[in-house]
Amino acid sequence: MIAPVLAARPDRDLDRGSVLPDFRKPPITKMQLVKYAGASGDYNLIHTDDETARTVGLDGVIAHGMLSMAFLGEYLCWLAGPESVRRLSVRFVAMVRPGDSLTCRGRVKERTMDGAVRRLQLEVWTENQHAERVTVGDAEVQIA
Amino acid sequence: MDRSAALTRDLIGRESEVVLFEVERGAIRKFADAVQDQTPACVRGDVAPPTFATTFRMTIPGVSFDLARVLHGAQEYRYERPLRAGDRVRCRLRVADVYHRHGRLGDMTFLILAMDGTDETGNLVFAATTTAILR
Repeated sequence: MIAPVLAARPDRDLDRGSVLPDFRKPPITKMQLVKYAGASGDYNLIHTDDETARTVGLDGVIAHGMLSMAFLGEYLCWLAGPESVRRLSVRFVAMVRPGDSLTCRGRVKERTMDGAVRRLQLEVWTENQHAERVTVGDAEVQIA
Repeated sequence: MDRSAALTRDLIGRESEVVLFEVERGAIRKFADAVQDQTPACVRGDVAPPTFATTFRMTIPGVSFDLARVLHGAQEYRYERPLRAGDRVRCRLRVADVYHRHGRLGDMTFLILAMDGTDETGNLVFAATTTAILR
């Protein structure tokens, strides 16, 4: 069992505005989009077939928005543990293409106590290699 | 006729059938592998990654659109607990809202879909909200 990153953090490091550690993902590949299409059941061909993508005015395939949301899901599991994620809400604000490298980042919006459990409201987002935010949102995790 | 024009406000409240989904260990592992999610419990297939409920594909009678013209605008998941291998989840999808906006990209239809999943004792496991934007 790997301890979640935030479990050992003292409260003072989880105050409002505290910056959370970054989480870098490997560059997205076309193979990954094919695998994600199969694993998720999203077979929209704009994610896997360049020809289809071009017919709707794109330069080529774009990543599933849900893939970058999944990265944020992994980020929350890394921060707080997979049993601790209470909510994740995102908006997809920019396109992601094969070759893009996404980094998950976050910051504490609010920390409250619920008995012995710390509840954290977080601002989270993924940004690409040009530091452009592509998926932005907020989340709630709880840490014992 | 413009296909998204067929998405009108009278669809609000329309629901899918209830569908039973079984959370399979292999499906969790395949999903984690595609995402390159290294959370140990997800790699083992014990616990589903937070967005795994996206694999629960459902349709609502009368609600259809051209995939090539839809943008996924936003997505939310709320969890009472994580999904785990072996879970049997009853899901229902509902049209929560339909509205039209004139924006930068022209006329757009916003379709808000709400899904909830309950366990076999009827307890809510997760709730999801999808915002689809049709151009």
